[in-house]
Amino acid sequence: MANRINMRDRYKHMTRLGWETSYQPMEKVFPYDRYEGIKVNDWNEWEDPFRMTMDSYWKYQGEKEKKLYAIMDAFSQSNGHLNISDARYVNALKLFLQGVSPLEYQAHRGFARQGRHFTGEGARVACQMQSLDELRHVQTQVHGMSQYNKFFDGFHEFPWWHDRVWYLSVPKSFFDDANSAGPFEFMVAIGFSFEYVLTNLLFVPFMSGAAYNGDMSTVTFGFSAQSDEARHMTLGLQAMQFMLEQHEDNVPIVQRWIDKWLWRGYKVLSLVSAMMDYMLPESPMSWKEAWEMYFEENGGALFNDLARYGITVPSYAEICAKEKDHLSHQVWGILYNHTAAAAMHTWVPDDAKMNWLSEKYPDTFDKYYRPRFEYWRDQEEAGNRYYSQTLPLVCQTCQIPMGFTEIEDPTLVAYRTTEYSGDKYHFCSDPCMKIFTDEPEKFCQAWMPPQQIFQGNCGGEGLPAVLEHYKFNLGADNMDYAGSPDETNWNKWKGLDGAGDGQVKAS
Amino acid sequence: MSKVFLALQDVDEARPIVEAIRKDNPNAEFDHQPAMIRITADQELIIKRETVSNEIGADWDPQDIQLTLISFGGHVDEDDDYFRIFWQD
Amino acid sequence: MHIDIKAKEVKPIRHTYSHIARRFGEDRPATRYQEAVLDLQPVDNFHYRPTWQPDKELYDPTRTAITMEDWYKFLDPRQFYYGNYTMARAAQQASADKNFEFVEKRNLLALVPAAAKETIVDFIVPLRHYEWGANMNNYQICAMGYGASITSAAAMHGSDRLGNAQYITRIALALSDNDPAILDTGLSDWTDKDVWQGLRKVVEDSLVVDDWFELFVAQNLAMDGIVHELFFEHLEQKLNESGAATYSMLTEFIVNWKTEASRWVDSQIAIAVEENAANAALVKGWYKKWFEAAQRAVAPLADAAFDNGSEVMANVTRTLEVRAAKVGAAA
Repeated sequence: MANRINMRDRYKHMTRLGWETSYQPMEKVFPYDRYEGIKVNDWNEWEDPFRMTMDSYWKYQGEKEKKLYAIMDAFSQSNGHLNISDARYVNALKLFLQGVSPLEYQAHRGFARQGRHFTGEGARVACQMQSLDELRHVQTQVHGMSQYNKFFDGFHEFPWWHDRVWYLSVPKSFFDDANSAGPFEFMVAIGFSFEYVLTNLLFVPFMSGAAYNGDMSTVTFGFSAQSDEARHMTLGLQAMQFMLEQHEDNVPIVQRWIDKWLWRGYKVLSLVSAMMDYMLPESPMSWKEAWEMYFEENGGALFNDLARYGITVPSYAEICAKEKDHLSHQVWGILYNHTAAAAMHTWVPDDAKMNWLSEKYPDTFDKYYRPRFEYWRDQEEAGNRYYSQTLPLVCQTCQIPMGFTEIEDPTLVAYRTTEYSGDKYHFCSDPCMKIFTDEPEKFCQAWMPPQQIFQGNCGGEGLPAVLEHYKFNLGADNMDYAGSPDETNWNKWKGLDGAGDGQVKAS
Repeated sequence: MSKVFLALQDVDEARPIVEAIRKDNPNAEFDHQPAMIRITADQELIIKRETVSNEIGADWDPQDIQLTLISFGGHVDEDDDYFRIFWQD
Repeated sequence: MHIDIKAKEVKPIRHTYSHIARRFGEDRPATRYQEAVLDLQPVDNFHYRPTWQPDKELYDPTRTAITMEDWYKFLDPRQFYYGNYTMARAAQQASADKNFEFVEKRNLLALVPAAAKETIVDFIVPLRHYEWGANMNNYQICAMGYGASITSAAAMHGSDRLGNAQYITRIALALSDNDPAILDTGLSDWTDKDVWQGLRKVVEDSLVVDDWFELFVAQNLAMDGIVHELFFEHLEQKLNESGAATYSMLTEFIVNWKTEASRWVDSQIAIAVEENAANAALVKGWYKKWFEAAQRAVAPLADAAFDNGSEVMANVTRTLEVRAAKVGAAA
């Protein structure tokens, strides 16, 4: 009878397939994993996070995909989009497809690069699986939203928009930053900071929110994707620990990357805060609650664990703690003002929503934000719905328009400036400026939408030319929800427009 | 002491796993959220092959957790006979 | 719940994404494959130059010398996106698993004659490392290539190669009653034994190729065209004839994979060649260079594995030459 072989050994045999090259030098075969200054004594000390061989990978993933596509098919055959709580909800999905799905694609390519170029085989195999998973995520998202694209505006040009539209520079520059970095920084940026620390804030509460709003298609692809995320999180944490354990000189480098990337990710997620608090008609959890649960509590436990390496919580955690009461409201304000140039709809929250926000944000909402929304509502009712006709100054690092306030004074917009090589650069916050001054030669290259527009690189002068360049269907992809084709269609489908025909009766 | 957590999809396959966790982790807390169950505990959570196998009346491979796991906080330790989440401090 | 919808009232406002409709020249429903790959890769307005290759953009068509008017001409005849890819492989691995179980349970490998076993150890087990090189090269194509259709298929192809290496590992462990020394021997044969050095050198030379489409031609057409043909057609047959039919149950995955994957490989090369004369000249040059190198490297292995090695080698190269001529890669 065959000798038993345990899972760990079996996995080693299945993945330790490399050899020391001699016809070509190892440095030429693996040219990219030394220039960042991370010291690796022994790649054999890499601990495999999940011991999954290709055959079990195919088995599990094939099984998940079978279930997922069955649900997607049922969703489209039954016009599942009619079961959502309200058509406003769909705007969260638009932002997701425009802003998040392309990042999944970028992750697929980034992990493919690390999956080829890390010298250690264990790290390579794990990165390759993640690369495939990320391909899964972008493709299932494109498929999942395909049904929405057939019935709603704001989805149909997502790759084109991702490369051009001003607010999508926020997520795009984030991932371009990670992909243009070396492999170890990439792992801290995406594997650790984003996947381990921040991705829960994107997927878990948001997908729970999708379930809450009747969107079974999204909740299914979201949770199904998140089940891969468990593997990714483990990889991110393992990569970090590996660097920290290999050499003490790695610790300050890793700390600087953690500081940089948690902030970069936090800024990208500020868009998610607006999605959660404002775009979901029914919110199971506020941004602040999610932040407390997934960053403060879980992230706190993580940093306690990492303390033994000398890793500390980033100094700006204080800022985040104070900002959690303001973030979503300020971002929604920015989006509301600039909706003429955005491929989504915005609106003033109704009374029920404002009451919910008061309850969730007792210290800030009524004091700072409700009066603003009520003023905007009055203006709308008087026929003066405000749309900014110019593009705002945006932060050189995170590329979000200047709209965040000073921590000590929520009525004063924060501005920071510095000079580099004779040019002036603007920032929304101290951490964003710090990131720039650490790597000015990188961040001065950023493709800044307002500057590009002024230089005539986005279709010409003035908003109409830019929107044409963006390939917006004017008045359909952009502007307020009120009066949009989305609203008209929704009311027609749901029989809310007074016409009896086409009514959906639930009994 | 830090808390570890596991989030599982609220689907039929997850129920025996949740039951097994209840049996093997007396200090675990269960929070039912839309479409998911979030389980927290101090320091450690363990899912044992034997307990889940008894729940379903068939052999359960710890790697099958892949099908229902949404997220977790902690380090992962996976072996032939268990799947464990823990913090080291 | 009863839902009463008059179908005509809930009509779609469009049938697919606009970037796909533009390619069609009209708005009509697209397949899952089309929506999953077309125009998925970013093309414009990159924010920062890669620190690992500052002379290029993050996604840059100039990482190969071939040129394409439209990189999305590189479509996969299998129309693989992640979902149908994993479902197809899951079915294949289930069947492979059954075969392994059948063979292991009945200890059928014990019936394989010693000489045949030795052949497997000498000529198949070291191929774990060849497949691993192929894995690296295809992930390189995914990482450095241009356009989501060819790069996504390359990632799948790269993972298939890891799968192949793992199936060979399982065969080795099944032969050795789980004694891992068999793998160590395979590795030392690969790194030190004379007969393998030619092939190892070609693999290592391919690992430092900069041009990703050259790499595609080198690995997926020239090298695989010789290596897989020799070991998983001719040697497979020889082993069968010498009483090792059981072994063929274990290589079923790899053998079937080769037929399926060649369809993709050949179509990609034909597409590049048909695009323009400069591409055709490049592909021909690359093919010739790597075909000759692979042929020289593999000849000693054929001689060692077969009594009529040069005859077998002639068959192998003829098959590949026919294939290469068909896709326009042969001179």
